[in-house]
Amino acid sequence: MSIFLNRDSTVIVQGMTGSEGTKHTTRMLASGTKIVGGVNPRKAGTSQTFQVGEGTVQIPVFGTVAEAVAATGADVSVVFVPPAFTKAAVVEAVDARVPLIVVITEGVPVADTAEFFAYAQDAGVRIIGPNCPGIITPGESNVGITPSDITGHGPVGLVSKSGTLTYQMMFELRDLGFTTCIGIGGDPIIGTTHIDALAAFEADPDTEVIVMIGEIGGDAEERAAAFIKANVTKPVVGYVAGFTAPEGKTMGHAGAIVSGSSGTAQAKKDALEAAGVKVGKTPSETAALARALLAR
Amino acid sequence: MDLFEYQARDLFEAHGVPVLDGIVATTPAQARAAAEQLLAAGSAVVVVKAQVKTGGRGKAGGVKLARSADEAEQVAGQILGMDIKGHTVHRVMVAAGASIVSEYYFSVLLDRSERRYLAMCSVEGGMEIEQLAVERPEALARVPVDPRVGIDAAKAAEIVAAAGFDDEVGPLVAPVLERLWEVYRDEDATLVEVNPLVRTADGAIVALDGKVSLDANADFRHPAHAELEDKDAADPLEAKAKAKGLNYVKLDGEVGIIGNGAGLVMSTLDVVAYAGEAHGGVKPANFLDIGGGASAEVMANGLDIILGDPQVKAVFVNVFGGITACDAVADGIVAALAILGDEASKPLVVRLDGNNVEEGRRILREAAHPLVTLAETMDGGADKAAELAHTAA
Repeated sequence: MSIFLNRDSTVIVQGMTGSEGTKHTTRMLASGTKIVGGVNPRKAGTSQTFQVGEGTVQIPVFGTVAEAVAATGADVSVVFVPPAFTKAAVVEAVDARVPLIVVITEGVPVADTAEFFAYAQDAGVRIIGPNCPGIITPGESNVGITPSDITGHGPVGLVSKSGTLTYQMMFELRDLGFTTCIGIGGDPIIGTTHIDALAAFEADPDTEVIVMIGEIGGDAEERAAAFIKANVTKPVVGYVAGFTAPEGKTMGHAGAIVSGSSGTAQAKKDALEAAGVKVGKTPSETAALARALLAR
Repeated sequence: MDLFEYQARDLFEAHGVPVLDGIVATTPAQARAAAEQLLAAGSAVVVVKAQVKTGGRGKAGGVKLARSADEAEQVAGQILGMDIKGHTVHRVMVAAGASIVSEYYFSVLLDRSERRYLAMCSVEGGMEIEQLAVERPEALARVPVDPRVGIDAAKAAEIVAAAGFDDEVGPLVAPVLERLWEVYRDEDATLVEVNPLVRTADGAIVALDGKVSLDANADFRHPAHAELEDKDAADPLEAKAKAKGLNYVKLDGEVGIIGNGAGLVMSTLDVVAYAGEAHGGVKPANFLDIGGGASAEVMANGLDIILGDPQVKAVFVNVFGGITACDAVADGIVAALAILGDEASKPLVVRLDGNNVEEGRRILREAAHPLVTLAETMDGGADKAAELAHTAA
């Protein structure tokens, strides 16, 4: 089992014909993702050829998300369009009732995210991201930009604000493997939260231990800690990045900023530990904690 | 980006929010001329206000009344150059005085937890709002705002009612809130705060002080916002990095850091700080995220910035090759060192993992650059870099 994404998921790519979209569609196809279409109004009716292994794959290009969904029955859309067009792309996918929209794009104005999130929420559509690496269920499907060859299927569930820390943790625990790894993104407003992923991992019978990676900014980790205390019976291991971050400076991710005394790594670590979560000082120590809990 | 009060005032005025006249001055003589102009225009007094991006200016003595141009010049002389919570006052705003009857509070901001906006309003303005929120939370109305609707007439009426304005003042305040929402929406702000919003003796509602934060992700649709940046305050290395499109934050330490991905770089800083505890307390010198495509040029630019920091004694390059292949990163490091030549004079610890790591490590081993040490793990690399920085210090 897995969360949000499995081998039967069928995926369309918004922005497939662009350079990033083409590069990552090739990678997703190579990792076994069932990609059934791309969207580009100017290239509707054509198809794009991708090199996968020794052979090639033809993926049809549709004029709209609605046409793509009608023709393919896709239940996931992954968005690679530039920031200025991201809101329109997500709204289009929500209107087409795609149940899961994964927004990879970095640099989306937060007002646009606030609007498309509210729109998606009313329609009952799940958004992952923006500014995230996406979601991978190893051995089954990979939607986004996560490298698929780090590790395979196993008992660990991973949710993280950061892309490269997701990869690092997958690498640290590569001998164990993962049910699903989900990068929720580092923007101030994101569609799927730590809490959403924790609830899904709790309900997933194959996930035996959950690793949760947070970073400075906001209070998502504190809220997740309260949720864990009240609702999660599986062991959870935490890691928080940004102890050395100065106040008032944005550290790469738009949402990664300590404002006054709020959003500090220490406050998040304290909240998680108070909820019974073991928190590692480094990624490797965090991996060791997860390993120890699994061995019990 | 946080704005100065005078910049917020100008944005307010541009969006039809009532404000008082205000003129920026960087010298006492300019402050005198500004006061003369405002007094001649009918103002009974002027207020000289320190322009710093921090709260508590009044308590620190950064806001003073003046009844004449002489007095304005004198108090401007006292305020300019003053240090307020670590911020040096480089400019003051000389503002027209107002006869204040009542002080209120209003803000609209991003509510990260609820993933929408939040309007806060109180009929008890003027004091520190954090203090009011703690001491008398019932006096601070908190009203959710739908990002798709914003603050229209109905929402403005809801906010003033929730804040407890009476039937006389509420209808005067509500349209000002609609204009403040327009500032928030049209400028892509993440915070618009007015404290105090005042009612004057002649019954006008005026934004007397303003705080605005703008969303940098929306800069592409606001070319004018580039002019609001405080170029004087930017660290020279940060300014240089920004000009080269690098995501760099200067810190106070000895170990230069280069990595890929914001989370991994933040984590690298932490791991280096822990490792430094065993090596004379050396600390990370910077945050630098070179992102996914670590080309030779990007690596050279990054190294150039970091080696330009005289505090740096050693550098830790920590890359997890996800999309980026480690051989490309290794090629980038070798090429960058060749580009920099003799300017590259500090030891470099390199940890590579992930995509094509064996080839990446082989390239670095064969290049055998005397400054480069290969590390097998992130923890090991952090420890080695901290040790080298301590030895060199």
